[in-house]
Amino acid sequence: MSALSYKKFEDSDSGALPDKMTIFQDCLQAFNATPVNAKKCRLLLSRLMRLLYSGETFPSQEATTLFFSISKLFQHKSSSLRQMIYLAIKELATISDDVLMVTSSIMKDIQNGDLIFKPNSIRTLSRVLDGSTVHATERIFKNCIVDRNPNVSSAALISSYHLIPVAKDVVKRWTNETQEAVFAQKYFPSNQFNNSSNSSYQDLYTSTPSSTFFTQYHALGLLYILRSHDKMALMKMIQSLSGVNSPLKNSMAIVQLIKYITKIVHDSNDPHLANTLFPKLSNFLKHRSDMVGLEASKAILSSSLFTNEQHATAISTLQDLLSIPRTVTRFAAVRILNRVAMKNPEKVVVCNVELENLISDSNRSIATYAITTLLKTGSAETVDRLIKTISSFMNDISDEFKIVVIDAIKNLSLKFPDKYKSMLVFLSDVLRDDGGFPFKSAVVEALFDMIHFIPESRDSALENLCEFIEDCEFTELAVRILHLLGQEGPKTKNPTLYIRHIYNRVVLENSIVRSAAVSALAKFGLIDDPTIRTSIEILLNRCLCDVDDEVRDRATLALKLLKSKKNTSDSSNIIVSEFIRPSKLYSFPILEQKLALYISKGAFELPFDTSSIPQLSEDEIKAAEYQSKTSVTSTEPTRPTKSNRDSTINHSPANGSNEKNKFSEKDLLQQKYSQEIASIEEFSSHGPLLHSSSIIELTEKETEFVVLCVKHLFKDYLVLQFNVENTLPSIILKMVSVVSIPSNDYYEEDFILPIETLAPEAKGTIYVSFKRPVDEEGFDIIAESFSNTLSFTTHEVDPSTGEVSEEDEGFQDEYQIEDLDLIAGDFIIPSFVGNFSNIWDELSKENENVATFSLNSYNSTDGIQGVIDKLIENLSMMAIEGTRTFENSSNSHLLKLYGKCINGERIAGVIKLASNSKDGVIAKAIIRADSFKLSEVVLNSVA
Amino acid sequence: MGQVFSKIFGKLWSLNKEIRILILGLDGAGKTTILYRLQIGEVIKTKPTIGFNVETLTYKNLKLNVWDLGGQTSIRPYWRCYYANTAAVIFVVDSTDKDRIETASKELHMMLREEELSDSALLVFANKQDQPGAMTAAEVSKALNLVELKDRSWSIVASSAIKGEGLSEGLDWLIDVIKDEQL
Repeated sequence: MSALSYKKFEDSDSGALPDKMTIFQDCLQAFNATPVNAKKCRLLLSRLMRLLYSGETFPSQEATTLFFSISKLFQHKSSSLRQMIYLAIKELATISDDVLMVTSSIMKDIQNGDLIFKPNSIRTLSRVLDGSTVHATERIFKNCIVDRNPNVSSAALISSYHLIPVAKDVVKRWTNETQEAVFAQKYFPSNQFNNSSNSSYQDLYTSTPSSTFFTQYHALGLLYILRSHDKMALMKMIQSLSGVNSPLKNSMAIVQLIKYITKIVHDSNDPHLANTLFPKLSNFLKHRSDMVGLEASKAILSSSLFTNEQHATAISTLQDLLSIPRTVTRFAAVRILNRVAMKNPEKVVVCNVELENLISDSNRSIATYAITTLLKTGSAETVDRLIKTISSFMNDISDEFKIVVIDAIKNLSLKFPDKYKSMLVFLSDVLRDDGGFPFKSAVVEALFDMIHFIPESRDSALENLCEFIEDCEFTELAVRILHLLGQEGPKTKNPTLYIRHIYNRVVLENSIVRSAAVSALAKFGLIDDPTIRTSIEILLNRCLCDVDDEVRDRATLALKLLKSKKNTSDSSNIIVSEFIRPSKLYSFPILEQKLALYISKGAFELPFDTSSIPQLSEDEIKAAEYQSKTSVTSTEPTRPTKSNRDSTINHSPANGSNEKNKFSEKDLLQQKYSQEIASIEEFSSHGPLLHSSSIIELTEKETEFVVLCVKHLFKDYLVLQFNVENTLPSIILKMVSVVSIPSNDYYEEDFILPIETLAPEAKGTIYVSFKRPVDEEGFDIIAESFSNTLSFTTHEVDPSTGEVSEEDEGFQDEYQIEDLDLIAGDFIIPSFVGNFSNIWDELSKENENVATFSLNSYNSTDGIQGVIDKLIENLSMMAIEGTRTFENSSNSHLLKLYGKCINGERIAGVIKLASNSKDGVIAKAIIRADSFKLSEVVLNSVA
Repeated sequence: MGQVFSKIFGKLWSLNKEIRILILGLDGAGKTTILYRLQIGEVIKTKPTIGFNVETLTYKNLKLNVWDLGGQTSIRPYWRCYYANTAAVIFVVDSTDKDRIETASKELHMMLREEELSDSALLVFANKQDQPGAMTAAEVSKALNLVELKDRSWSIVASSAIKGEGLSEGLDWLIDVIKDEQL
């Protein structure tokens, strides 16, 4: 076959594959011929491999036939053909039967063959071996692992790695050799290819360095697998390989070693161990290879087990790497910093100078990361300047990056409400720029958030939006903005301003926008000002002539409602207002779920029951939104899997990785629990469920019985829900209940709903109901502590039948689980207020309680931020005015908290936090509430 | 003119043609030892062959392509994959292994029934003659029922691969037959 025709039929660029059957036939013919034409066979093998590499495959019978015919090529001595044979057999090994037939031939090649194909033969050998033949090759593998030639050694190490699933015990016996390979520093022999028959290889390799020590990387990987079950051996390995005189010369190997160290630290979750291993990691920070420095920094920063000072050393390494000419290095460094900044912006502040230089980096990805990082680290003072820098930069980047920047600005605006002016200017500027829907939508979203959470910004933001809809090509955005104008416009000082903008829409836009505009107008009709109402009625009357049904319908309804409001008494006025501008909204996720359920049931003779769907007031919705928006400070889809401070449910990395998901998951779970409770007959007399706590773990996760607890509060009752999981595979538990003894005897046990039978590896729920106590003044927010014991009878399962034998009466047993505290936070629902100082002043000073605490008991490694998070969790109050994040490197912080008690009373708190090295974190807490007792109880639960 | 001459010469002596020979037999009969004794003239230490060994050797100006296939029960079924274009089969018998001589006989006759081998010559080595208690060539021949073979050139030679006895004698016979019948 000439080169020309080869080109013609199988131009590799054309992507057209050669015909499978033709190749199959050609191969059989050529490989079975005597004598063997090495050149032709090599060409055919390469074509066969092209098929296999592009994903083509052969049925096992044909593959086997191919394999046997290829095995006949072993009679030819050509090294280059032999190399090709190995490649082909390696590919065929998975689809062909009987590949063990070439075992002896390969073994002979490994022992006596040419160095050219020796690594190939080793790799192929590992594919044809099975559990019964691997023993015969032990000596060969051991010899090859310790071979002086790095190529041979690497091939043997990787092959051993692949053999682990086949014959783990055998490979384990090669541990000593593997260890030797980790420590050995192998060089390519200078004459490696001199004696080869093919001189072209020689040319190819003359430019290679004398060694990359790559073998160490492979050896380390294998050694780790072989020792991964033995923690002591792993520690020994780390001790001997890290340090100043580390025998490891290969950067990849060191990176791998760092990953192993990280894993050990992470798995142990032991700050002491982290501390002992830190010097190892910090040594690598200054390694001459960027890769190693990056990985070491990442390792240190990814674990909260390391101290702040230790984090700082890693940050300073990254700081140096930021100004390195290699683009990849800069990118990696800024990316790690960005991740750190999501959680702990204060740590990255030191890099601000370098980061600002990177804004003008020619690589846009680096620039965007730099900017978003800066936006997170920025303090109130730098925000203005940053925003100016970004404005000049916005035109150069694509929409996707713009969205990232906008989201960062949005978070910033929530963090620094005072700075809303410059951000508003920025947002309105970019809103005028050209851009696609996702981009515009992000900007509008950001403005919405500012309107919702920064009351001062409302008027000017609304004006900006009005201006935007004058020339908005996106119907969906126009509708959303009109709705918002309807919601917020009537609250402003000068509502007529917006009416004009809205009515313009009625004149100029399509029917969907027009109907939205009509609904918005109607809301202005509720304003208690006869002139406005009259003009609204005039405008709505004009809408009655609209060509579109929906618009006319909405206008008619609105007019009718407004007229009835004018004429009738107060009570119906409220109904009218509710109609036009509802004060409470259904919880949409639950509404959706219930509706879907209703439709799937198909029982349409019964009307859909809306009463079961919780209604949320505007404040509650805002609180929830604010919560999720301030805690999810990132727009990056993949977040680092850090140990999550406020995670309460599953600690699996998959869950911890996405806070947003977790939030909704938590909500759903709580929703599920309250639904379950509501469906239990015994609780029907308890009345509506007022509040449920988050989920508390009462045992370690690895114990025989895993117990989680949720506290549910009703008007007169407290219900403790214990979720018990029996992790034992052969034990059935019967009559499982929890004995909860209140330590102060305030709470009186009402009844227990035990689990009748808990099968092996099953979960069940126990409810314990208590009567809530009331003191002599009728105050019923009373903290309590419960000691809990799990009691049950155990029955062994007969492994043959899977059932409990009849004679087994079981024996009574108890299992101590951790105590449970009922604290003030369990009575409080976090709420949002736009203007904290108003509320603060409204709550009388008479109901104020002040105390100073030393919060050493919090024992948080995260300093002030850790204390803040714990306080928010314990008190179940919401951090207002962006005080959730501890923002700068100073050592004090002011935390403003707000929440509502289940009895409707308001609670506000101002907590000053200061830290010093001697006393840890000190807190001065001032709590005000609608009643003195409440503020007292809340204050007591600060410590 | 020179080209034509060499062609004729080549045809006469078949210098270019490789002669394909299989060495078969039960496991432990000494096939691999025989192969390397023939190729490098030395006794090497062998391990049970998983699969096959193939070597090219030149004997009396002929290029022989010798395949030594493993004799373990698990590998025997694959012998047939290598039957095509075989000029001769060398069947090696462990003369001391009286217990399994019957198995050897069965395998031999089953193999010879294959159509692809209908034209191949058969040389049987009654191997391990250096060991005490070895059967003689005649005894082996009887046990293998060789007289029954029809339409086939065959011969049995007593051999000792370790000592190198009988190997060239057998191979000489084989080459003569091949030259006569197949070239």
